Amino acid sequence: MQALYAQLLVGLINGSFYALLSLGLAVIFGMLNIINFAHGALYMMGAFTAYFLLHLTGIGYWWALLIAPIVVGIFGMVLERTMLQWLAGLDHLYGLLLTFGIALIVQGVFQNYFGSSGLPYAIPDYPQIGEWRGLQGGMNLGFMFLPVYRGWVVIFSLVVCLATWFLIEKTRLGAYLRAATENPTLVRAFGINVPRMITLTYGLGVGLAALAGVLSAPINQVRPLMGADLIIVVFAVVVIGGMGSIMGSIITGFALGVIEGLTKYFYPEASNTVVFVLMVLVLLVKPTGLTGRAA
Amino acid sequence: MKQRISALLLGTALALAAGGAMAQDKTVKIGVLTDNSGLYSDLGGAGSTLAAQMAVEDSGLAAKGWKIDIVSADHQNKPDIGTTIARQWIDVEKVDIFVDVLNSGVALAVNNLVKEKNAVMINTGAATSDLTNTQCSPNTIHWVYDTYMLANSTGQALVKAGGDTWYFLTADYAFGHALERDTAAVVVKSGGKVIGTVRHPLNSSDFSSFLLQAQASKAKIVGMANAGGDTTNTIKQAAEFGIVSGGQKLAGLLLFINDVHSLGLKVAQGLNFTETFYWDLNDGTRAFSKRFSERMKNKAMPSMVQAGVYSGLIHYFKTIDAMGGNPHDGVKVVAKMKEAPTDDPLFGKGTIRADGRKLHPAYLFEVKKPAESKGPWDYYKLVGTTPADQAFRPLSESACPLVKK
Repeated sequence: MQALYAQLLVGLINGSFYALLSLGLAVIFGMLNIINFAHGALYMMGAFTAYFLLHLTGIGYWWALLIAPIVVGIFGMVLERTMLQWLAGLDHLYGLLLTFGIALIVQGVFQNYFGSSGLPYAIPDYPQIGEWRGLQGGMNLGFMFLPVYRGWVVIFSLVVCLATWFLIEKTRLGAYLRAATENPTLVRAFGINVPRMITLTYGLGVGLAALAGVLSAPINQVRPLMGADLIIVVFAVVVIGGMGSIMGSIITGFALGVIEGLTKYFYPEASNTVVFVLMVLVLLVKPTGLTGRAA
Repeated sequence: MKQRISALLLGTALALAAGGAMAQDKTVKIGVLTDNSGLYSDLGGAGSTLAAQMAVEDSGLAAKGWKIDIVSADHQNKPDIGTTIARQWIDVEKVDIFVDVLNSGVALAVNNLVKEKNAVMINTGAATSDLTNTQCSPNTIHWVYDTYMLANSTGQALVKAGGDTWYFLTADYAFGHALERDTAAVVVKSGGKVIGTVRHPLNSSDFSSFLLQAQASKAKIVGMANAGGDTTNTIKQAAEFGIVSGGQKLAGLLLFINDVHSLGLKVAQGLNFTETFYWDLNDGTRAFSKRFSERMKNKAMPSMVQAGVYSGLIHYFKTIDAMGGNPHDGVKVVAKMKEAPTDDPLFGKGTIRADGRKLHPAYLFEVKKPAESKGPWDYYKLVGTTPADQAFRPLSESACPLVKK
């Protein structure tokens, strides 16, 4: 029974990454109608930005949490301005192909210069208050040894997810955004700069991916292919949760992390496939995803 | 009648001339089949192609009228892609010899094809000891290391040091299974006990669930029967979950210098594992590695897989040069290669056994503490050497049909 609690908690940790990434995808798909295959590459760029900040300029983890999403977000906005915006109104397939190509190029360039084994990035050891050494070390919960950093990941990503949900569903800015997707011409008639809003939204989605990248840097090796390994699972999460549904992708992200964690315990060989089996089942029963609305 | 005889003579003369020309054929095509883009590409990949180029340059065969070409391809760690490329290489591109071929799944598939088509494989990358045991072939030489040798060296050393209960964390494919099987056998033979096993899919990024299970088992040794990115992530996350500080010891059953470089000494220090090549072993290895590293894009030192490509090809070139030409007959060339002792600056003097196993010493290393290292790539301390004749599976235990008993 103790082992089960531990697996549930570990699943929740992985779920936070799924949630953060699928949230960004859902925001981008919901607002821009783009299936953003470059998401994994942008997540990887977030981790690399954190690495560069530390090793080239000495800027540590905490600032990287803020700076990396902004830097990568700006890169995303440049992508949107120069390439993606021309695909508005075309079939989804064009956006998918373009972003997939971008992902391959970005990964190829990083792999060329940094190899495939990855680079080290340590868990931050500051601020030091009393016995606490930043996010290093762990605590004994009785049923498991929980690394402080993993606990931090769960809490932090939950806060970020809920804040994003609040921003889009509950604020005036979010209302503009949603209106702009429904009827851009009308919203423009009210004097709102719709293209700029779309660009900023893409930047936000990309920033979320980069944020997940920084969070993951101390846990995984900072590797050029770290995003490629994850992105397919995250897409399955989005499909299960319902394309474009913000809350749906957050909840499914955490839930699938837990289900995957349980599979790792009961039948580890299937842990890489369980998400896709679930995806097939959900699509058979409810083709729009668990929380999706019919198009 | 006279005319008929002279026609016959002419025919014979022509046939002889043609035969002579065949023996004089001085063209060779080398195929570097490896992982060029995935989790193992730092161990083989572009570095293996570079090692092959350096072997061609150092062999001096070009000056003797030989024409040697190198092709390289990415098998993406998928046996079906690997065999498709290999088939095309042999049938269309007339590739004579395969080198690297890391990933045990791919290697076993290509091993069959190379035998069927009578080509040559010098395998320097795959770990499975089956290549020279049940699956041995007159066309294949297994050059650098194998699971039996790793198990024998690292496994035995750890059990002797008191690690008598083991829990395995195994990559769920041919390589992981072979490494786990061979290590478990050594552990049991040395008086230890295997408490449990968890098998994870190849190329996982999160190992926390598996590590928790290993932790709960209370085994003294957590044996990592995986490689590349899987191993580095396991080690990194094991540190996070307090596996080592909780009194358990990690055993890296297959680690490469690139993995240690990637982890950094702070995380990797104290790990014990076995390799058959390290760049800083002696003057010969240092000289080669310096030249190699200068030509690598990321200035990496050679892994033992890449060093094996160089060493294997040097011996291959010596053999075909002594034969006077390339007979394009895999069995014949490999038989000749087994007759002659090997000698090169990277692996020293050695021999190739009837089952295709190349013999050389195995070195047990320990990763240095950050304070002991003089700089990048200065990572290993040599703690033990197993002589060539004891490092690998003895012929008396062999199930290879090529071994006469």
